[in-house]
Amino acid sequence: MSNLTIRPIIGMETHVQLATRTKMFCGCPVEFGAEPNSRVCPVCLGLPGALPVINRRAVDLAIRMGLALNCRIATFSKWDRKSYYYPDLPKNYQISQYDLPIAAEGHFELPPRDAGEPRRVRIRRAHLEEDAGKNLHEGLDHTRVDLNRAGTPLLEIVTEPDLASADEAFAFASELQRLAVWLGVSEGVMQKGQMRFEPNVNVAITFGGVEYRTPIAEIKNLNSFRAIRNAIAYEIDRQVGEWRRDHDYTLEKCGKLNLGWDDDRGVTEFQRSKEEAHDYRYFPDPDLVPVTISAEQIDAIRSEIGELPLARQERLRMQLALTDVDAATLTADRATSDLLAAAIAVGGDPKTLCKQFISFWSAQANARSTTIAGLGVSAPRLAELANLTRDGTISATAAATVAQKMLDVPAAPREIAAAAGLLQVRDEAATREWVEQAVAANPQAVRDAKENPRKRQAAAGFLRGQVMKISGGKANPKLVGELIERRLAEP
Amino acid sequence: MTDEQSARQIAQDVAARKRSAESVVANALDRLHAADNAYQLLVALDADGTLARARDVDRRIAAGQRIGPLAGVPVAIKDNICTSFLPTTCASRILDGFRPPYDAHVVEKLRAAGAVIVAKTNLDEFAMGSSTENSALRPTRNPWDPQRVPGGSSGGSAVAVAARAVPIALGSDTGGSIRQPASLCGVCGLKPTYGRVSRYGLVAFASSLDQVGPFATDVHDLALVLSVIAGHDARDSTAVDEPLPDYAAELDRPPGKLRIGRVREHFAEGLDPPVAAAVDAAFETFRSLGAEIVDLSLPHAPYAVACYYLICTAEASSNLARYDGVHYGYRTPRPADYVDVYAASRAEGFGPEVKRRIMLGTFALSSGYHDAYYLRALRVRTLIKNDFLGAFRSCDLILGPTTPTAAFRLGEKTEDPLAMYLADIYTVSANLAGIPALSIPCGFTPDGLPIGMQLAGPLFAEARLLQAAAAYQSRTTWHTRAPASNRS
Repeated sequence: MSNLTIRPIIGMETHVQLATRTKMFCGCPVEFGAEPNSRVCPVCLGLPGALPVINRRAVDLAIRMGLALNCRIATFSKWDRKSYYYPDLPKNYQISQYDLPIAAEGHFELPPRDAGEPRRVRIRRAHLEEDAGKNLHEGLDHTRVDLNRAGTPLLEIVTEPDLASADEAFAFASELQRLAVWLGVSEGVMQKGQMRFEPNVNVAITFGGVEYRTPIAEIKNLNSFRAIRNAIAYEIDRQVGEWRRDHDYTLEKCGKLNLGWDDDRGVTEFQRSKEEAHDYRYFPDPDLVPVTISAEQIDAIRSEIGELPLARQERLRMQLALTDVDAATLTADRATSDLLAAAIAVGGDPKTLCKQFISFWSAQANARSTTIAGLGVSAPRLAELANLTRDGTISATAAATVAQKMLDVPAAPREIAAAAGLLQVRDEAATREWVEQAVAANPQAVRDAKENPRKRQAAAGFLRGQVMKISGGKANPKLVGELIERRLAEP
Repeated sequence: MTDEQSARQIAQDVAARKRSAESVVANALDRLHAADNAYQLLVALDADGTLARARDVDRRIAAGQRIGPLAGVPVAIKDNICTSFLPTTCASRILDGFRPPYDAHVVEKLRAAGAVIVAKTNLDEFAMGSSTENSALRPTRNPWDPQRVPGGSSGGSAVAVAARAVPIALGSDTGGSIRQPASLCGVCGLKPTYGRVSRYGLVAFASSLDQVGPFATDVHDLALVLSVIAGHDARDSTAVDEPLPDYAAELDRPPGKLRIGRVREHFAEGLDPPVAAAVDAAFETFRSLGAEIVDLSLPHAPYAVACYYLICTAEASSNLARYDGVHYGYRTPRPADYVDVYAASRAEGFGPEVKRRIMLGTFALSSGYHDAYYLRALRVRTLIKNDFLGAFRSCDLILGPTTPTAAFRLGEKTEDPLAMYLADIYTVSANLAGIPALSIPCGFTPDGLPIGMQLAGPLFAEARLLQAAAAYQSRTTWHTRAPASNRS
């Protein structure tokens, strides 16, 4: 087909579980994986006569996220009931926010990709609501209901349809998760359903000078970044394919639809058309008073936010001349990033610290399924190790060994290195002895260095490595280099 | 009622160990049995448990513990207020046998004050009605004439006090459900300011209108109970954290020179002449007490009933959604599928008036009608509130009839919901505006049926309301009359 262009149009709805200790409207603990129906009370069970009370902490977290997304925070916000019948919804209405969300009209800048421009994703609104329980389907004939999750505070963040590809949606979702975790707004653990995504996807197809728009599909409940990318990519292809078969496959003629994503088979599945959608009969919840938020309260929360991850990533990249990937690694989580800053602040060498964070510290963290901050090593010890390395007191190889030991022993890095015999030797006699051993054992390299100017540098480097090896990492590389040069200059 | 049966006298005697709580409660249980045989006012009663709780009070006193102002006072509770020790059914099949795992705030407060909850009383199902004929169990009868209704929805509580079985009962008032039965049964009933008493544990009918309040034979006991049950409760976001006066102590202060409003719209068509005459006489009594009578208008009063029935049904349709056969309460025995669990459980579990209101409310909130009905009703509600704000600039209290007629006959209005709704014509405005209002006896019809009058005041003006009512009762004896078979 000639002259056919397609432009995906993608918006995202994200449910973010807020990191509160207790539920949105009662004092029950928010706890994943507890015995079914053990974290419940008359309020979250929806018993007769029970009344909801707002969790102010959830409101504060919502404001924090709203501010980080450059939203306008409502000074007056209220609660509405959204009515529908489902076994996991004990009151058969969900307390949510309909026309006065706590935050609205924001935007989020996605970093540029492939030397392009940064992408601005507009945030339409972010509102608070309570989660439902879980239906546990057991076999064909019965379902059990676990209401531990019922009443868990959620922040639903809705973007404008500003995402242009599956990759961009993927990037947005992962940046949103990093931001929420960074801010302490959510624990953001995807496997626990703490972030759930529902992309809205359709495609503008221009063909023969006419623009067609395919039906808008809402893909429900995605809880991995990979599923977001795959589901959207699949759905774009599917819609274009449908349209190629039938040019009446348009939003105008077919309306909106809800889809599920089958991760195993890698396909979207039809759930229902939006015409079958419920009439939710929203109305203000008379059990709750409106939320009024003062300018002082907003300012106080704003002052806690500090530097956001993308801004810090960019600053580190510029200041320390890091690659994008390294800068991103160093700002993956706030505690680690703050720890790096603290280690620099107490005098640690920035470049060496970054190198060590990215190499062995992050390996240690991964091995223990935690973050670098989660390893519990203090900023002064991190700084000391970095500076020992930079000064040549220990070698880079030895640093990794010392780091490993630092996790078990509270001693200072220098003491650990000394105890393990890893301090570099500046003793010229000993070093000369190692150089002689290396020269004797590698006559070919010595010949190359002396006689072939093209091979000289490589051969000298090889000999330096051999000396380091013979010394067990204790030799001072600088001294080794000098002595080798001197030895090679001898006739 | 003789003075020795008043709540304040019982409490004094029990605290001073002149009488035991057990003997008072045992006596109340006997009277309740007799009254129930005659008027069918009870939903639940547990004599053994109740006596055990009375003995607990006696033990607390014997042990020298501080006991509250209601020591040993037997109290009957409308069956839409949660009690962990007695079932709470709202006189509905859908909550048949339901026993809440917790006590309502007001129940906790009463028990902490030394009161003994003796029974749960009958009501119109989920408090929806004005005659107690909508109870899924059976209708309650008026002790002044058992062929007549006691009013509703708190009919059982009104009768418990009217029949002198208990000195105090609690009801709930969404559109008049305390004041109207108080009026029809010749007792005193108070609907406090919205937010004055915590609703925690009151099974919701219409959350923005519901309020718990007391019945008693005189204003002093009303004041005593209000002091106990009112006050802030963190579990009800709509409960207001206002200073709490000692209402009983306030009664000893003269109300001062009162300006009492007389609302033109209250004396329009539909008001029964004997009721009008009794209320006019009450104005004269107040005049003789030194009050100034102020003629005024509440121009939106004619829209109050329509406005009320849109808002209360809208809220009810949502509040009653939770009774679904899934989590607790009645479940249909053989559902065809999972949707049928809901449909059949609700069809079988709710009575006709409740269904009517759920359907009306669902309609009023549904897409396409929401603005025309629900939103418009909210706007009218604001106008009605503003009417009162304006009126209370020129008067301190408003006096008028509580109901357009005295008690009507059983079955008289059951076929005509609109006629039944008009029984609330003078009472719903106070709920829409959130203001406090009480009904006290002010006369009798030629047939010997009690007539009530309503006093309404500004937000949180309960003390002044009670002072004025006490002043009236110091000059009159209507409240001392009991129905013939119950005179003690």
